Amino acid sequence: MSTTNPQSDTQPDEGPRRPRWSRRPAEGSPAAAARARRRSKQRRRLSNVAALMAGLVLTGALYSTLAPGAQAADEGSESSAEAAGRELYERSCISCHGENLEGVPNRGPSLIGVGEAAVYFQVHTGRMPLVRQEAQAPDKPAIFSDEEIDQLMAYVQANGGGPVLPSGDLRDGDLAAGGELFRLNCAQCHNFVGEGGALSSGKYAPSLEDANDLEIYAAMLSGPENMPIFGDNQLTPEEKRSIINYIQTITDMPDPGGAGIGRIGPVSEGLVIWVVGVAALLFGIFWMGSKA
Amino acid sequence: MARTATAPGAPTTALGKAALEVDDRLIVAGPLRRTLNKVFPDHWSFLLGEIALYSFIILLLTGTYLTFFFQASMTEVVYDGSYAPLRGIDMSIAYASTLDLSFDVRGGLLIRQMHHWAALLFMASIVVHMLRIFFTGAFRRPRETNWLIGVALLILGIFEGFAGYSMPDDLLSGTGLRIMSAIILSIPVIGTWAHWAVFGGDYVGELIVGRLYIAHVLIIPAILLGLIALHMLILVKQKHTQFPGPGRTEHNVIGNRLFPTFAGKATGLMMVVFGVVAALGGLVQINPVWLWGPYNPAQVSSASQPDWYVMFLDGSTRLFPAWDIYLPGNYNIPALFWPTVVLPGIIFTLLLAYPMLERKLTGDTASHHLLQRPRDVPVRTSLGMMAISFYVVLLLSGANDVIADKFDISLNAMTWIGRIGLLIVPPIAYVLTYRICLGLQQHDREVLEHGIETGVIRRLPHGEFIEVHQPLGPVDEHGHGQLAYGGAPVPKKMNQVGGARRAIRGFFSPIEEPTAVELEQRGEDRGLATAEPQRELTTSGRPAEGGRPSEGGRPSEGGRPSEGGRPQEPRD
Repeated sequence: MSTTNPQSDTQPDEGPRRPRWSRRPAEGSPAAAARARRRSKQRRRLSNVAALMAGLVLTGALYSTLAPGAQAADEGSESSAEAAGRELYERSCISCHGENLEGVPNRGPSLIGVGEAAVYFQVHTGRMPLVRQEAQAPDKPAIFSDEEIDQLMAYVQANGGGPVLPSGDLRDGDLAAGGELFRLNCAQCHNFVGEGGALSSGKYAPSLEDANDLEIYAAMLSGPENMPIFGDNQLTPEEKRSIINYIQTITDMPDPGGAGIGRIGPVSEGLVIWVVGVAALLFGIFWMGSKA
Repeated sequence: MARTATAPGAPTTALGKAALEVDDRLIVAGPLRRTLNKVFPDHWSFLLGEIALYSFIILLLTGTYLTFFFQASMTEVVYDGSYAPLRGIDMSIAYASTLDLSFDVRGGLLIRQMHHWAALLFMASIVVHMLRIFFTGAFRRPRETNWLIGVALLILGIFEGFAGYSMPDDLLSGTGLRIMSAIILSIPVIGTWAHWAVFGGDYVGELIVGRLYIAHVLIIPAILLGLIALHMLILVKQKHTQFPGPGRTEHNVIGNRLFPTFAGKATGLMMVVFGVVAALGGLVQINPVWLWGPYNPAQVSSASQPDWYVMFLDGSTRLFPAWDIYLPGNYNIPALFWPTVVLPGIIFTLLLAYPMLERKLTGDTASHHLLQRPRDVPVRTSLGMMAISFYVVLLLSGANDVIADKFDISLNAMTWIGRIGLLIVPPIAYVLTYRICLGLQQHDREVLEHGIETGVIRRLPHGEFIEVHQPLGPVDEHGHGQLAYGGAPVPKKMNQVGGARRAIRGFFSPIEEPTAVELEQRGEDRGLATAEPQRELTTSGRPAEGGRPSEGGRPSEGGRPSEGGRPQEPRD
């Protein structure tokens, strides 16, 4: 920084260069003109600092009046659900997510700002608590009861904040538009039919077959594992509901053509033609022809 | 036909007279008689090609029905049919008419599914048929032409299938078409021009579905039909090959005549193929395009694969490293070019040229009508297994994301398994197959030399235990068989030379009385029980008895070696 200081260039005899903001001892300078210039500079610097301070104070004041006052409410009493959640948290989550939701390096991410949506998704699908560190947390039967999940959600929401779960009919959206959005935003990992698919290095997009509405919504809000977050700016709540409507409609839909064979298209079809079709016909020709 | 004639040349029945009238005008009796008397070998493996033929017939029939309803147009419409999850979505007429065909046309979905299953079966049966031809050496002179036609049918079948599944303009087929467009573009020098010629402009344009349609319903099927006809005409002209065995020479064919036995069999097989395809079409869903959605270049799904017969190219693409070559002057050969143009080019050239290559390398230019057992040509068999293992690694790699997902394997690991496997599995397959072939040959030779192990253990006077062997023919003074190795099946169990009572005929249930068979056996003076009094207490069993294996154990059955303990299928 000091190299950009024009003053040091004019005073090569001054000894070690100093940063501009360090106070100089008052000593005689070679030229009065230079001193006057310096003083006017200092004055300008002072007014700059004052303006900056004023701006910061103003911004702070503005923020404190406009921002939601949720923070203030947290300070005092903790509801009973939060207390129960804290107990659960300290028993089952603290080793990886830290004492104050701040996360533990190389073990678990911070939970500040993930909100109750993330807690609901991770715990309700059984992904958390984690069995071991691996490429991705697999879903398994939930460890906690619904009530305990509510308590954990309350605790994390109260202390970390973040997206909250929606309410109302989560399938309240346009079916066909949901399909179009699903193919545009979700199919590249979850497959056209929500069968899921492989990602790199052992990660994967899970099948959506047994996901409930709220889990899908919470996943879009919180972007669990390798999934991106689809905030309300990317997909409006209405669009999210349309997508959920589409996923659940085609999941529940019977296959008009017969056995669905996994609904993954050519791979299972190829398997069927060889294992069932060709095998049946080989049996047929063994029956008809003779052997050597 | 002649059964009702009482005097030569003078039919008395109405049918006979009518036939005579026809023959007077068209002179068909001679050729017809020759055709009806054509002999087909009765080995099961000769029916594999027929499965392909019958699948093709199903394809023609079901495909014709589909053309009544499918509209090959890429004009955009808004769907308003009975499938709710797509109602109101923009799509091409091709896709909309496929949806209508599936949901609103009576029997449409069944016929569409049968058509698709029959296509998969057509390709699968071609491959299986080719494997039989390859491993038994049936492609050798004079049948190289039919081999070439067969490979051409295989390649055309791949293109026909690709054109077919690309026509509905759904998201899966559109993804495939995008890849095909990229493959065409990747060809150096001509790529861009070729792409413009095929698509009529940049991808995707508005022409391609119409062009695929004409290729799929007219051009390629016409060529296929012509080649299949030629394939069969050449087959009739050159006559069938047959496996070596009793009474089988280079100059005859042993089996059943076309009429009535083989015609019955062929009709039966056709019905079985129809049945299997109809069952699959009715019971197992294939290519549910309504779930894929209409094609939109902005969209893609994970697990997008081509049908199985193209999947090996998808596999090669997934395995090949991303080696783009940049040439001076802003030219570029994309990595895609090598696994999708060069590799199949090499594969199919080798496949086409194999009969000529083998002729060159072995110097065997003679005509062959007797087949070889795979074990008797270990080099060819091992090469074939090597090729199959190479192909299977590519095929599985084409599905590697699905395998990774379903079996919880890292996708990266699958890619590396494929890359390493592609290099090391084929040589291993070669060596293993070679050793297995030699081992099987050795065992045949051992049985020819020492006879069949009877399982009877005898103790000799000086205390040694020996197993009694049944020689297959005359033995020399050391008890060694004198039969030469003939490349024909060697009986290896006593049951196969009539050691037990003859098997009761019938595939699912017996069609003969067991007691009657036993009586017949006693009358024939064969089998272990009847031979017991004459058995000598030597290591070599009955040197004087038992026919030469070239006559089989059972001369009364037309010289065919018997099947031993398993239930036997009806012969005629």
